[in-house]
Formats: sequence, structure tokens, C-alpha cells
Amino acid sequence: MNDRPAVLEIEGLNVELSISGRWVPALNQVNLAIHRGEALGLIGESGSGKSLTALSVPGLLPANARVTGGSIRLMGEELLGKTEQELNKLRSRSVALVFQNPTSYLNPVLTIGQQIAEIFEVSPELLGPARMSRREQRRLAREKAVEYLRLVKTPDPERIVRQYPFELSGGMQQRTVIAMGLVRRPHLVIADEITTALDVTVQAQILALLAELRRSIDMTLLLITHDMGIIAQLADSVAVMYSGSVIEYADARSLFRTPKHPYAKALLEAVPTLQSGDTIFRPIPGGIPAITDPPPGCRYHPRCSHAFAPCSVTVPAPVLPEAGRVVACHLYSAAS
Amino acid sequence: MTRAPILQVRGLSKRFPIRSSWLERKPAFVKAVDGVDFQIDAGETFGLVGESGCGKTTVATLLVKLLEPSGGEIRFAGQDTARLNAAAIREFRKQVQIVFQDPYGSLDPRQTMLSALIEPLFVLGIAGSRAQAIEHARRAFEMVGLDAELLRRLPHELSGGQRQRVVIARALAVGPRLIILDEPTSSVDVSVQAQILTLLEELKRRQRLTYLLISHNLAVVRHMSNTVAVMYLGRIVEQAESATLFSAPLHPYTAALISAIPIPDPDAPRLTALAQGDVSSPVNTPSGCRYHPRCPYAQDVCRHDDPLLRELQPGHRVACHFPAVAAGR
Repeated sequence: MNDRPAVLEIEGLNVELSISGRWVPALNQVNLAIHRGEALGLIGESGSGKSLTALSVPGLLPANARVTGGSIRLMGEELLGKTEQELNKLRSRSVALVFQNPTSYLNPVLTIGQQIAEIFEVSPELLGPARMSRREQRRLAREKAVEYLRLVKTPDPERIVRQYPFELSGGMQQRTVIAMGLVRRPHLVIADEITTALDVTVQAQILALLAELRRSIDMTLLLITHDMGIIAQLADSVAVMYSGSVIEYADARSLFRTPKHPYAKALLEAVPTLQSGDTIFRPIPGGIPAITDPPPGCRYHPRCSHAFAPCSVTVPAPVLPEAGRVVACHLYSAAS
Repeated sequence: MTRAPILQVRGLSKRFPIRSSWLERKPAFVKAVDGVDFQIDAGETFGLVGESGCGKTTVATLLVKLLEPSGGEIRFAGQDTARLNAAAIREFRKQVQIVFQDPYGSLDPRQTMLSALIEPLFVLGIAGSRAQAIEHARRAFEMVGLDAELLRRLPHELSGGQRQRVVIARALAVGPRLIILDEPTSSVDVSVQAQILTLLEELKRRQRLTYLLISHNLAVVRHMSNTVAVMYLGRIVEQAESATLFSAPLHPYTAALISAIPIPDPDAPRLTALAQGDVSSPVNTPSGCRYHPRCPYAQDVCRHDDPLLRELQPGHRVACHFPAVAAGR
């Protein structure tokens, strides 16, 4: 399927959250792999664990979370068990993170140009191998800032570098955050619901930008969203999460054409689209289970119309019904 | 279908003054709603779409008299809502209800569901006794598919979907004819969204309701509405029957909105960002057509002349100098 080297490999990742003084499993045996130039979509509803999965990569889990097992490798290097200092180096060079709300990730009292220049102050090697004077460095940093703002299709970048974040619209702020992430030429870009706070016409511009960057700089992308449309437009492969587990993993086309897991199927049918005309969408009965009190067996079984005897007893192990596809459902383990 | 308007809105506008420094002589205003006309027929679902800041929520708050308009007229069942006396206002509130986006923000965190539901019944003089009010509340809970057991709970003890059902039940309990739904599903997950939408459709049929559905989610509006109006910077720029609007939009902004929705199909054509840049400021609205700075088809006339909303085909109104160009036909 993809013979390019793996950028990120997550295997058997278990994460627990401390909720009212009790450690509760929040991620159960998560497996993922992203190859160079690939875009992997991670989709799920709130509480499914998609953001926790993403945050465990650069070691940015919240204080009430802990990794209890598994492995996370970036370019073949194990990340779990690294010291804070080593992780800092990793965060500054290998992984770029872009979140939902750009305002919180920009410094309000520095101009965009100053903020980008700061990155070069920390890592002057990004400006090139040659040794140079302070002044030379500053001039080059300013030039680079404009260059990267142009890469993310910012109109009039010479003006933007002199502006403060509050002078920019949400879409423009998100572009500058993306530019700041790319300055470090990271191996992996993690985009967590980056267009959720934007209007649809601006979202379309940002999505078009991501598609363009994948072509122009061979960007490797972990794309987290709850929007099936965004996944279909940008992702090569998709992992569907439900209550802390990946319940189906497939290439995007197969998932949309023939979803195998009943939840993946139901999720696709529950979303009204502009194209589905007057056809009635089908709601999924019930609600998402609380991780503090999950149902036994398969966590989806109380809402599943295909549930049968083993579903309420044993957790389904992931099976491979076909090449490049993983499904965690008893319907398929019974058949194999 | 006989057209019996339940709500008529003419020239509606709302300006909010913005604090300007003492150096500036001229007071500045945000023109949140700037001359809006539409009517809603009894029994239909009227969809109002637009991006953030276009004025759709201000329209909703004006309609339910939570704000006073700066200009224009709102008629409900033929009556001018600006000229209602105290008794008539109470009657109006029984007939027109609103459901807001965030059910957590519309429920008192220390009030049980029961007391949240019966309070309006006493205020509006619908229930005479507590027993009667409780009976009303139970029935409303049943209508929205909630267990009466939950009436004793506090908001934080319910899920997001349940809370949204509670605020719908509270609106229903007073027996309204028109319900304004302001982003009714944008705070719930997609699997729950479908449940709420199906519930709303069922309630509309059973209770013979009329809806004004406000949303930025075009797919939701497309599925729920008979008629849809698109707002941009305080104005309606296009209005048509739902199927027509989405299959043959005439305004370039409508076309841009529709083409901006990512299609959940990996083989569908890739997105095209038709609208350039960002929404202009509602304080210094652009000259001429308000959409011209973002419009790829803008001509000279668009920069100078403000296009009027005119009916091009029966039931299809558009405010654009070059509607056919925009439609790509």
C-alpha cells in the first residue's frame, strides 16, 4: 500500500486519565502508522480519544493523564520514556502542532514577524550552515518569515510581518500558526480540528492550503476532525475511534465505499449532506458511553443493531478482513 | 399550498453603537441587521443561513422581542409586535418560543429540570396549580422522548443531547405556534445531532409547528427547510425554495458557501474556495454590493451600486447585479 518510510508508528498505546481520584483507561491498545507524505485522518466524536492520541506523540498529555503501555516511534526513534529535555528538542524540530484556536497560540504583544524570528533565534541553524553576524541573522530571519508566510498563501506578507495577532482575522491567524509550524521543517504536522472555529468559506481556503502543502512540500499529516467531509477531501487513510479505541482503519476510499464496523457505517449515515438530497439520515440510538463507566465487552454494543452473544462479554480483538484494513468487531472475528 | 403568513418582517434593522474615543465626533455603529424582509408561512420551516457575524442571531433575538429593532416592522399573525400591551405580550410569548444553541447556558445550573419547565407555565399563566404544571412538564418530557425520572435532575447530570431535549421541551410546554431554533444542534455530537433533527421533524408534524431554523450548517438547513434565506453582513442576499437554492444558486456568495462544504466522498471533486479573503467589517460596510471585495465576478458597478433584493423567478429572490454569471450559466 505504502512503501515509503514510516514517519510515525503507534503500537498498543494505553493511556489512563485520573477522574475524581481514580485512574480510568482512556486509550486502549491504539495502533496507527503514517508514512512519509501521507495524510492520516483520525475521526471520532467527542471523548473518543482522538486528541489524547495526538497529544501523546509530542508528550504533551495533560497532567491528569499517564501512558501505561505501548510504543510511539517517530522516524524509528522511541519517544516514550524520553526526558523532558529530549522531548523539547523533538517538539521544536520534528513535530508541528496546530490546534483549533489560533488566538491562544500566538503571543498578543509580539508582531507576527517577531514571533517567527524567535524560532530562528532558538534554532539559528534553520537559516543555513554559514556563521553570520547578529544583524545578518535578523535580516535573514525577517526574509524567511516573509517567505514562509508566502508559502501558506498569505496575501501581502510584508505587511503581515509587522502586524499583531489581533489585527488578523481567524483564518489569517491560522495561516500564520501553520507557517510557524512549517518553519522548522517538521517530519510530521498534527492538525487538531484546525478549521472548527472558522467560517466555512475560510475553512475551504485552509483545507485547500493543506492540500497544496501536501503536494508542494510533501507534508506528512495527522489530521484530527469530527467532519467526515474534511476526511474525505484530505486523508489517504482513516482511523475511526470510538470510546478510546480504533474500531476501524482503512484507506479513505474503502472506508467511505464499504465501511465494515457498524459504528463507522452508522456514523456515515447519521450525517446529513448536501448531496444526499431528501433521503433521511439515520440517527444512532443512545449516547456515547462515559469512560468512567463503560459497558462490558464491545463498547459500542448497546447502540449496535448487529450486536449478538459475544458483544456484551468480550472486547473484540482487531482483525484484518482484507489487506490494509483493520476492524475491531465480532462480526468479522466470527467469520475468520 | 395556500400561503398564510404567520410572520412578516419588513425593513428590519438593528444598529449597535460602539464606544468610540472622545476624539471622534461621529458615533460609530455596527449594522448587525440592515434592512431585512421576509415572511414565514404557517407550517413551513424557514431556514436562515450565513457565517458568523452576518446577523442571523440578531434577527432571532429581535423576533422574540429580546431586543428592540432600530427600524422596520415585525408582524406576527397580522399584529405589529412593537405595539403590544402587557397582556398581548404574554400571549405573544406563549405563541413564539426560542431554543438557543447552548442548552447548558439556557438552563440554571442550580435549578432542577422540573422547576425549569414549570416556571414559564406560571409566568405565562398557563398552569393554575402546581399539580397542573407538573402534569404539563411530564407531557412535554414525554413528547421529546425523555424519561420523567430526569425531571428531578440538575443540568450537569444530563448529557448534551438530553439537555438539548430539555430546552426543546420547555419551549413546547407553553404550546407555541412558531419556534425559533438558533443553531439547535451545533453543540452536540453528530450521532446525537441526527436524533435531535428527527425529533424536531416529528414534533413539527404532530404539533403543527412552524420553525425558523438558524444555522451555519447548510446540510442541516437543506434537510429541514422548505424555504431558505442566505444572509451576508446584515442583509438577505438570496432566498428561494430549499431544493432550488442548493441546486441552482444565483448569488455568488451562496455558490461560494455551497462549494465550501467538504463532500464526504473521496472521489468527489476537490473543494474550491470561491470566496476570497474574509468577511468585511459590519462597521465600515463596503460601498456598493457588500460582497464585492470577496466576489470573483465583481465589476465596476458592484463597487458603486448596492444591488436590491429582487424576485428573478417566482419565489426566488436575489441581490446581485450579475446573478446568471454567478450561477456559472
